[in-house]
Amino acid sequence: MTAPTVAPATDLAPRIFSRNIDDFDVPHGREEEWRFAPIKQLAEFFEPATWGSVGVAGEHDALVECVEINDSRLSQNWMPTDRPSAIARAKATHAVLITIAKESVHSTPIVVNLENSGENSYLHVEVHAGAFSKAQVVLIHDTTGNVNGSMLSIVEDQADLTMLSVIDADLAVTQHLHWFTEVGRDANFLGLSITLGGGVIRTVPMVTYRAPGGKAQMLGAFLLTGRQFQEHRILVDHTEPHCTSNVIYKGALSGEGAHSVWIGDVLVRREATGIETYELNRNLLLTDGPRADSVPNLELETGDVISAGHASATGRFDDEQLFYLQSRGIPEATARQLVVRGFFVEVLNKIDDPNLRGSLMHRIESKLGIVDHE
Amino acid sequence: MSMLTITDLHACVITDEGETPILRGVSLVVESGKTNAIMGPNGSGKSTLAYVIAGHPKYTVTSGSIDLDGEDVLAMSVDERARAGLFLAMQYPVEIPGVSVSNFLRTSITALRGEAPKLRTWTKDMKLAMSDLQMDPAFSSRNVNEGFSGGEKKRHEILQMGLMQPKIAVLDETDSGLDVDALKVVSEGVNRFKDQNDAGVLLITHYTRILRYIKPDVVHVFVDGKIVATGGPELAEALEADGYESYTTAARA
Ligand SMILES: Nc1ncnc2c1ncn2[C@@H]1O[C@H](COP(=O)(O)OP(=O)(O)OP(=O)(O)O)[C@@H](O)[C@H]1O
Ligand SMILES: [Mg+2]
Repeated sequence: MTAPTVAPATDLAPRIFSRNIDDFDVPHGREEEWRFAPIKQLAEFFEPATWGSVGVAGEHDALVECVEINDSRLSQNWMPTDRPSAIARAKATHAVLITIAKESVHSTPIVVNLENSGENSYLHVEVHAGAFSKAQVVLIHDTTGNVNGSMLSIVEDQADLTMLSVIDADLAVTQHLHWFTEVGRDANFLGLSITLGGGVIRTVPMVTYRAPGGKAQMLGAFLLTGRQFQEHRILVDHTEPHCTSNVIYKGALSGEGAHSVWIGDVLVRREATGIETYELNRNLLLTDGPRADSVPNLELETGDVISAGHASATGRFDDEQLFYLQSRGIPEATARQLVVRGFFVEVLNKIDDPNLRGSLMHRIESKLGIVDHE
Repeated sequence: MSMLTITDLHACVITDEGETPILRGVSLVVESGKTNAIMGPNGSGKSTLAYVIAGHPKYTVTSGSIDLDGEDVLAMSVDERARAGLFLAMQYPVEIPGVSVSNFLRTSITALRGEAPKLRTWTKDMKLAMSDLQMDPAFSSRNVNEGFSGGEKKRHEILQMGLMQPKIAVLDETDSGLDVDALKVVSEGVNRFKDQNDAGVLLITHYTRILRYIKPDVVHVFVDGKIVATGGPELAEALEADGYESYTTAARA
C-alpha cells in the first residue's frame, strides 16, 4: 500500500490524494468541504459496500468500452480526494472507458447511456481525448438507485473535448459524483453539467491543467422542484500559466424544501501567471420556499493575472417580466416558459446538437409544468 | 369602430404597508380614430391608470368599470386584454434576459392571431416595421430591452404596437427620454399606426412637446388621481404657458 500524497496547505484544494479508503476520515459535517452536505443521508457513501458497477445500456459506439477496473488503460495517476471517491474507486469492479483516438475528429456526438446492474452502484467513467482530437461525449445518467463514483476527462494536448453529463433521477435517489478534468497544452475543454432530478445530488467537478495554454469552461444548469438537495462544489485549480477558466452555473428552484448549494472555488497558484478566470452562479427562485446558497471563492497566489472575477446572484422570478409578456397577449404558461428558457439559454446554447438541446429544454419545462400544449 | 369606456374608476396600489388609493374616480372614453391626451404632474397617477387598464397585478380596482365594446375588461386576465385589442406602451419597459426580440415578437403575434405567422411574410413585415422606425435590423437578435438606450426602448414599444395592431393603444410617456429626431420618428410611427388601423390612442404625457407631432382631439388634465379639466388642443397650449399650478392648488383646496 502506498502512502497518501499530502498536498501543501491551501484552503481550497484537496489535501489528500489516495486510493486507500482509510486515508480519509468519515466526514462528520463540520469540515469545510462537508459543511453544506446532508451527512446523514450520505452515510451509505462513507462505508465500503458490495454494490454493482455502472455500465452502458444498449447499442453504443465502438469507442465506448466496458472494461475491468484493473484495465491498464485506465488512469494510473488519478487519485481520489475524499472518502466516497476512494470507496468507489476501490469497490467498483468495472469502468466505462471512452477513447477518442489521437487526431480523430468526430462530428456527431458520442452518446453513452449509463445503466446500473444493481440497486446501488459504483461508477467509474473515463474519457481520454487524444492529442489534436475533437469530440463531443454525452453521458446520460438514467440510472436507478444510488450512485457513487467519478468521471475523468483527460484532454491531451490541443484536443477539443465537449462533455455533457445529464442527471435525471427520481426523488429516492442519492448520487455522489466527482468529475475530474485535466487539460493539456493548448487544449480546449467544455464541460456541461445538467442536473434535473434526484433526491440528494452532490457533484464535485475539479479542473486542473497539465501544461500552459489550456482553456476550460464548466457550465451547469440545475433544477430543483420540491424536497430535493443539490450541491455543486466546483474547484478550478490553476496550476499552469496562460490558461483560462470560465464557470457558469444556473439554477432554477421551485417548491418548499428545495435547497441548492453552489460552491465555486478558484485557486490561482503562484506559478499560474497570465491566466484568465471568471465564475458566475445565478439562481432563479420560481416560487416561495426554496433556498439557494451560493459561495464563490477566489484565491490568488499571484497578482500577475490577466483577469480574475466572480459574480453570484439569487433572484425571485420577476412578476414584471411576466406582466410585460402577458400584456403582449402571451398566455401565462408560455410567458413563464420564455423566461425560464431565457434564463438557461446561456448554458444550453453551448449544446451544438439541436435535438439534444431541444430535448433537454423539454425535460426542464415538463419538470416545471410549463410545457404548453401545442 | 371600437370604444374603451372607463367609468368612475377607483384603484389602489398594493404595497407591503397596505393599500394606498391612487385613482379617485376616473371617467373617460377613447374611440377609434381619436387621440386623447392625458397630461398631469409627476405622481398624479397617470401610469397607474395605464397599468390598471392593462391589468397589472399590483393594483386593485375598488370601484368603477372598464368596458371595451361591451366586454368587461376588468374580468379579463392581462393576456386576454391584449388579445381583446388593448395595448400599453410602457414608460419603463422591462428587460427579459435570454429572450430575443424576434422570438418575443413572434410569440406575441402567434398568441394574438391564434396561429404562427408565415415565416416569409413575417420576416418581411418585421424588417419593414423596423426600418420605418429607423431601427437597425441587428436589433431583432438582441435580448428584449436588455441594454437598450431610453430611445431604443421607446422605439421597440412602438414597433410592437405597429405589429400587434391593437384597437386601442395607451402610450405612457413614450416621449420621455427622446431627442427631437427620435421624437419625430416615434411620432410618425404612432400616426402611421393610427391611420392604418383607425385605432384609438390614449397618449399620456408630461410635456406638450409631443403634441406638436401627434395632434390630440381631446386633452385631459389629470391631477391627484382624476381628470380635473377636459378640452381641445387649446388646453394643451394653455398648460404649456401656465403649467399645472392652478389645477394642483385647486385640487388641494
Ligand atoms: N407600485 C407602486 N408602489 C408604491 N407606490 C406606487 C406604485 N405605483 C404608484 N405608486 C404611487 O402612486 C402615485 C402615482 O404614481 P404614478 O406612477 O401612477 O404617477 P404618474 O402620474 O405616472 O407619475 P410620473 O409623471 O412620474 O410618471 C405616486 O405617489 C406613486 O408613488
Ligand atoms: Mg408615469
